[in-house]
Amino acid sequence: MTGIISMAYLFAAVMFILSLGGLSSQESAKRGNIYGMTGMFVAIVATVLSAYVQAYGLLLIAMTIGAAIGLALAVRVEMTAMPQLVAMLHSFVGLAAVFIAWGGYLDPRVQHASHAAMVVHNVELYLGVFIGAITFTGSLVAFGKLQGVVSGKPLMLPFRHGLNALAIIATIILAILFVPVEHSEATTLYLLIMTGIALLVGIHLVAAIGGADMPVVVSMLNSYSGWAAAATGFMLSNDLLIVTGALVGSSGAILSYIMCRGMNRSFISVIMGGFGTDGGEVVSDEGAPQGEATVTNYEEVASELAQAKSVVITPGFGMAVAHAQQAVSELTSILRKNGVEVRFGIHPVAGRLPGHMNVLLAEANVPYDIVLEMDEVNPDLPNTDVVLVIGANDTVNPDAVEKPGSPISGMPVLEVWKAKRVVALKRSMASGYAGVANPLFVKQNTRMLFGDAKDSVQEVIKNLEFES
Amino acid sequence: MKIAVPKETLAGEARVAATPESVKRLVTLGFEVDVQAGAGAQANFLDKDYADAGAFLVEDAESLLGGSDIVLKVSAPTDDEIGLIKEGACLISFISPAQNAPLLEKLSKKNITCLAIDCVPRISRAQKLDALSSMANIAGYRAVIEAAHNFGRFFTGQITAAGKVPPAKVLVIGAGVAGLAAIGTAKSMGAIVRAFDTRPIVKEQVESMGAEFLQVEIEEDGSGSGGYAKVMSKAFIDAEMALFREQALDVDIVITTALIPGKPAPKLWLADMVESMKEGSVVVDLAGEQGGNCELTVPGEKAVKHGVTIIAYTNLPSRAPTQASTLYATNLAHLLTELTPEKDGVIAVNFEDEVIRGATVTHEGGVTWPPPKTEAPPPPPPPKEAEIQSQEPSSSASEKKKTNPQSIVIFWLIAGALLLGLGRVAPQDFISHFTVFVLACFIGWQVIWNVTHALHTPLMSVTNAISGIVVLGALLQISGSGSSIVTILAFISVLVTTINIAGGFFVTHRMLKMFRR
Repeated sequence: MTGIISMAYLFAAVMFILSLGGLSSQESAKRGNIYGMTGMFVAIVATVLSAYVQAYGLLLIAMTIGAAIGLALAVRVEMTAMPQLVAMLHSFVGLAAVFIAWGGYLDPRVQHASHAAMVVHNVELYLGVFIGAITFTGSLVAFGKLQGVVSGKPLMLPFRHGLNALAIIATIILAILFVPVEHSEATTLYLLIMTGIALLVGIHLVAAIGGADMPVVVSMLNSYSGWAAAATGFMLSNDLLIVTGALVGSSGAILSYIMCRGMNRSFISVIMGGFGTDGGEVVSDEGAPQGEATVTNYEEVASELAQAKSVVITPGFGMAVAHAQQAVSELTSILRKNGVEVRFGIHPVAGRLPGHMNVLLAEANVPYDIVLEMDEVNPDLPNTDVVLVIGANDTVNPDAVEKPGSPISGMPVLEVWKAKRVVALKRSMASGYAGVANPLFVKQNTRMLFGDAKDSVQEVIKNLEFES
Repeated sequence: MKIAVPKETLAGEARVAATPESVKRLVTLGFEVDVQAGAGAQANFLDKDYADAGAFLVEDAESLLGGSDIVLKVSAPTDDEIGLIKEGACLISFISPAQNAPLLEKLSKKNITCLAIDCVPRISRAQKLDALSSMANIAGYRAVIEAAHNFGRFFTGQITAAGKVPPAKVLVIGAGVAGLAAIGTAKSMGAIVRAFDTRPIVKEQVESMGAEFLQVEIEEDGSGSGGYAKVMSKAFIDAEMALFREQALDVDIVITTALIPGKPAPKLWLADMVESMKEGSVVVDLAGEQGGNCELTVPGEKAVKHGVTIIAYTNLPSRAPTQASTLYATNLAHLLTELTPEKDGVIAVNFEDEVIRGATVTHEGGVTWPPPKTEAPPPPPPPKEAEIQSQEPSSSASEKKKTNPQSIVIFWLIAGALLLGLGRVAPQDFISHFTVFVLACFIGWQVIWNVTHALHTPLMSVTNAISGIVVLGALLQISGSGSSIVTILAFISVLVTTINIAGGFFVTHRMLKMFRR
């Protein structure tokens, strides 16, 4: 019987790997998702049918409620709200990891062959609770920030690094007390205290990170949820959990790395927090760009677009905020119908989630083969007639390339200023999340179109006239 | 305020300073617009259309000019017209103040505020007011049309049943707005186009229009202020002439557009070059008004010398009156928009505004031309070669980031030692799980790097779903532990992880379904 379950788990692990592998291209991605579902189905069915599980009634209730909530969330969520959903799902994994580890601690059936085995088990259990708890509260705070329930500003407690260090030291001391001994009331207390500390650390860790660094935070929590699952797998001696945890953990780690590289910041500096702010009002007076922004209007933008041969659109978080993706898509299809080459340039950290812009554009029926990565579109920008910057700021800041002393210097950016004409759709001249003024907006070839991105794009569409 | 749009009186002037379209704009700015009957007739704008756009038609010039606060014209006013314009009124038209000092005198005597549209500073912000550019564009286009009209062959090359037609070869001298327009027009008619300019920066623009950029061997930058060229050195001019002599033997059409501000047009196409051109060739000299770029030019006329037709009409834009009027009227409407910030139909001549200050040539009884120098600094010179070289070593700094082999060895020594240490103490069971864990990390690392950037959000949601696999732990704990706390914890765990599994997979499915080609 255990042999059959093991094989089922092996099958599920292979399915999960294929599922992630399928995401290498849009064509194979749907198949990949089906692999994932199959793996999950096989693993659950094999477990439920095994001799260890009898409480079918409880299971049925829990799984029915859970599935109903999950599907309801998945059906109703707007694509602009994907970051929140992902953060919330991370918190569930964290919560489950904590509970399962506690369950493993309290389960009277657990027997250990030797002292060494017990020590190892206790370490795994302890880690499971620790990582799970941080993931749980960290994701909740991230959810709150993304949803706007909690302020996006970084929480700057005095001695915050000291507080974190203190929490780590306390956790290690408690581990030394907890791990080598048989379970008793004292160890229960240690584990409880540690759970509390880890929950607080999770809150503090994410609260200290600003709104613009959320792509890193969400990827990081993705990674943590994987490590939490892996720790649970070690505790339960379950290879499937270990494999899945390792896959998810490395996935999140890679995403974090990509996001950090996209912002030219080290992972440590992001985690230390206190960089990105929420409102974007913080303008450093020093080195504010000289010059006056030239304001344009809908008619002019429309005629410039109509006459252009090639247009590149670079969306940012502002497009998601204004829900402008449908309007942008409509503009794209009208221009394409009239022979204008339209492409999208996506910066790796645009939006609040890795790949967020791609999903929004896909939702609005923009064909994915015209949605390009930054490195693909940058070489073409000098030959582009019009670039529409929609709600992006720091990701198109020339200072990153041209001004060595700038806070964002060295960050890879979309070099839109090399195009013949740049039209920036923005609500105001406020600076972006990095709090750095953007000289793009006063460049000679830049025109500003102020207002809500969605309204602006719709007005531009109304004014489009093609000679045909 | 009342705007007057009179019929142009200058002979051969077919343009008009307002179109029905621009009248609409002026009306929305709060102005009352009076148009002289028949003003747009030569440019094919009907009186009825003006009236429909909200203008009032006035028959005679006297009552029109006498009763208005603002006069919009194309060419500079005649003495008669100045006499009719109300004292203290505002006049907007082409003036050429450098050549027309007496005119400024007369206007200022009558206390007329005059904005010369040809004096609008050539800065980016004022591009939409730049009537010189819009007219030069038309002149460039029209120059090619005139050339084609007087040229006995096709522009484009063809292979026909009746034989092979070679393409015409066009040389454009001076790649300003007019030159570029000429290049574009000639190119689109199928000719082989070459262009020459003393300013190397225009090379890219010329090539983007599809022409070949001719260069002399001498390096000298002819960029002057305001987008014009400056006078070049003797050595450069000699080299240039040699180049032109060579080209004269080859090309069929020459279009010259070279102007240096405040000076007579430079003589670039000399008599011997005309002589050496093929019979039936055409020279179009756009600098006719300033004396012409060609030595044999007769300003304002078409002349045939040595079998070469030399065209030097002075008012080419007027030969495309509808287009010229449309662009000019739009330029004026933009200027009036700048002048009327409140959109209340009252103009404010704000001398703080660089553009308005630059254009205003007479104001409050005085001549205000030329404006004080507030010229924008020329773009910074390109870095010298030495500087470029000095920047190169900085690229080697990035190599420092590469990890050196020493630290790699140390890393693996430490990792190996830790693994061995772990192997000594850990139970066999743990070691086998640990092996699986490490290998899975490597697989994950490899697989995830292959995921396309565009699918990172689905990646996160699908990893969300599969990390719901921790449900297995809860499934094993939910029954038979005998501890109700464990059962409750497991129950909650099953519930929330099922949310993850169902929600994660379904939302991924939803997203992936949206990606389409």
